[in-house]
Amino acid sequence: MAKKQPKIKLYTLSTCSHCLRTKKFFTENGIDAEITDVDLLTGTEREKVMDEVRKLNPECTFPTICIDDKVVVGFNEERIFKALGKLDK
Amino acid sequence: MTAEELYPILSPYAESQGIRLNKDREFVMDILRGLLTNERRYGYRSCPCRLAWGKKEQDADIICPCVYRDPDIKEYGSCYCELYVSVDWNEGNKEHRQVPERRPKEKRKML
Repeated sequence: MAKKQPKIKLYTLSTCSHCLRTKKFFTENGIDAEITDVDLLTGTEREKVMDEVRKLNPECTFPTICIDDKVVVGFNEERIFKALGKLDK
Repeated sequence: MTAEELYPILSPYAESQGIRLNKDREFVMDILRGLLTNERRYGYRSCPCRLAWGKKEQDADIICPCVYRDPDIKEYGSCYCELYVSVDWNEGNKEHRQVPERRPKEKRKML
């Protein structure tokens, strides 16, 4: 039976090169992720998303990557693979 | 201004400071595009890797080059964005590690 696809959320900035690399990583590996560019949000929508980011990463830095219940801060392929359960990579 | 036009301005500027632009040109061009997007958006080149307030006085410390650049290069070999780096970092003589956010929490845009 195929392994269940983890729920992945990327909190990013549209201007950030580390965030761009993160988005590219998920795209190139064919992994679906919900992407939110926080700098493009305004008002209450941004506040709501930043509340989510703060709970996951109190430093509120970008990218903040949430893979099921695991959080990876910053673009680090090894940590992302580990969080995805792909330790062989 | 385009990123392609900005690069030949910043590269000799970095050298004049005894540092370099990251030798990963593609990565640098992404940063420069982010800087120019912020310039159009806010009127100044706010750090593209940080969430700006959009008010110059509150973002003064993160207008590129940010005030954290030099201590970050001294300690880690690169700035927070990895735009500006030391010669050693560029030549692979210094470990490339994720630079922790040095900007004090109270100065950050947390909402």
